[in-house]
Amino acid sequence: MSQSIEERLFMIRYKAAEQSHLIIKDQDTCLHCKTKECNFFCPADVYDWHPDEKKTSVAFENCIECGTCRLACPDYNIEWVYPTGGHGITYKLG
Amino acid sequence: MTVSHTSLRSGMGILAEERFDAIVVGAGPAGSAAAYTMATAGLKVALIERGEFPGAKNIFGGVLYRKQLEDLIPEWWKEAPLERAVIEQRMWILGKESAVTFSHRNERYKEPPNAWTGLRVKFDQWLASKAEKAGAVPIYETVVTELIRENGRVVGVRTDRDQGDLYGDLVVLADGVNSLLGKSLGVHKEWAPDEVSLAVKEVIALPKEKLQDRFNLEDNEGCTIEFIGDTFGMAGLGFMYTNQDTISLGVGVMVNDLKKKRIKPYEVLDAVKQHPSIRRMIQGGEVKEYSGHLIPEGGFTSMPPLSGDGWMICGDAAQMVNAVHREGTNLAVASGKMAGETAVLAHQRGDYSIKTLGEYDRNVKESFIHNDLKKYRGIHGLFKEMNSDTLFGNLPQALNDAAYEWLLVDGVFKKEKQKKAIRTLRNAAGGNIDLLRLGIKGWRAING
Ligand SMILES: Cc1cc2nc3c(=O)[nH]c(=O)nc-3n(C[C@H](O)[C@H](O)[C@H](O)COP(=O)(O)OP(=O)(O)OC[C@H]3O[C@@H](n4cnc5c(N)ncnc54)[C@H](O)[C@@H]3O)c2cc1C
Ligand code: SF4
Ligand code: SF4
Repeated sequence: MSQSIEERLFMIRYKAAEQSHLIIKDQDTCLHCKTKECNFFCPADVYDWHPDEKKTSVAFENCIECGTCRLACPDYNIEWVYPTGGHGITYKLG
Repeated sequence: MTVSHTSLRSGMGILAEERFDAIVVGAGPAGSAAAYTMATAGLKVALIERGEFPGAKNIFGGVLYRKQLEDLIPEWWKEAPLERAVIEQRMWILGKESAVTFSHRNERYKEPPNAWTGLRVKFDQWLASKAEKAGAVPIYETVVTELIRENGRVVGVRTDRDQGDLYGDLVVLADGVNSLLGKSLGVHKEWAPDEVSLAVKEVIALPKEKLQDRFNLEDNEGCTIEFIGDTFGMAGLGFMYTNQDTISLGVGVMVNDLKKKRIKPYEVLDAVKQHPSIRRMIQGGEVKEYSGHLIPEGGFTSMPPLSGDGWMICGDAAQMVNAVHREGTNLAVASGKMAGETAVLAHQRGDYSIKTLGEYDRNVKESFIHNDLKKYRGIHGLFKEMNSDTLFGNLPQALNDAAYEWLLVDGVFKKEKQKKAIRTLRNAAGGNIDLLRLGIKGWRAING
């Protein structure tokens, strides 16, 4: 009965804003970040480190707006705001 | 809601020219309770929410309690959308493939009712609709991006709409655990990872009859189960609550532990779903929704000052959660109500400075919010000092091992068994002294 994260996120209605509400402040900080823990603690797999491109990608349209990454990135390297009003996730049960 | 709501949306430009007696940011339980209280007293209130509707962004376990909402709206449960009336509460201490359990079931929880299970999308919409009917002006799909200040006093809010500045005599911050506004005001700093936990949850559908049989329920009766252990040695708590024809299953872990363990939150949930005690309860069910949210865990020591010139802060935004008793919505409602009442007083006096708004701080201090959180103020320190692996991994497992040995009839003398059980627990805690220390610290932590 356990599903992939894609299947799980598919159950949440999402209205994508044009711009990402999550911004990596400095990719160089990610390059030197030893733990890259955003790749783990995010409940929606938003962040992914790409060694070849030396870059953290941000799948902001997966974000369930919990706020964890804002306070859990050891370098506070994520600029975090809410999606614009009415955008982002809408739960149907809650 | 829909008609006025749409016209207001397009009318934001006009609205902006109006002044409000009070502006509430966030239509969760705290914000809606504040808005309801003020609107009922005749104040002109704006209720701002970033979601498409109140509740759109919100999840909880969740259990709703009668008392604090009753103080706001008598017999509210007769009209609110609820799931089941909680008559049984269970606590499971999980081992790898075992459980030691405690529970209390009582018919007296029916009359007067004590608590219900619920789902936030429906519930938050209902509570906000009460505020709207009392006259609060709903402004949804709108993010408050900034507080407008003049001479150190909060005088309004800036929103992400065109011409989206709103002015009011005071602003109630009920913007939830992330509370970007509380931070912008400098009321509190960014929460440290050990001041919040991250919970992920699934709502799992099951035919009603099956659900009732599995949880030993009739009609509208409900059951809650909390569990510790089986969280990969992270400080955390799981929950499994019965709704009408769904089960709310989730697990929350401290963010500082989550950072250390490098485990994905939904993998913790996956593991829990495999536990024999839980697997059987949800077997054959269909997952309807996945969700995640932070929970304030700092408690008493993390609570910021609650008011200043032109503002008051309530609910999760002020860390008002009693994690030991999984109470949050009721603290939110009670604080929202107290903030609302203070706003009414300020309106009468025409004084919106901290002199009058400080009344809210004082009232919270005398209430169960301050007192209950104070009682448990040691918990945060206990978790900080103790290794989570010990408290949430080894000890629950040792208790299960001890129970196993104790009940196993294998000819070993009972005296031997008792010795072995004690040894198992002592080793799990790291020795005699540590077990004793843990006992004393634990006692102190819950007896403030
Ligand atoms: C998994 C989990 C289980 C829980 N279980 C229970 C339980 O069983 N019983 C219980 O009593 N409590 C429980 N709680 C705690 C409870 O949910 C909270 O304490 C309660 O919801 C706090 O209410 P609030 O109004 O302060 O904040 P919230 O409910 O978070 O409401 C804040 C609102 O403000 C809006 N908002 C935020 N910022 C802005 C902005 N800038 N502009 C506009 N709108 C904004 C948000 O969208 C949201 O609607 C649980 C919490 C979680 C996460
Ligand atoms: S944890 Fe922070 S610094 Fe490290 S990779 Fe992720 S975003 Fe970059
Ligand atoms: S807010 Fe939560 S879901 Fe969104 S990116 Fe950050 S950690 Fe992931």
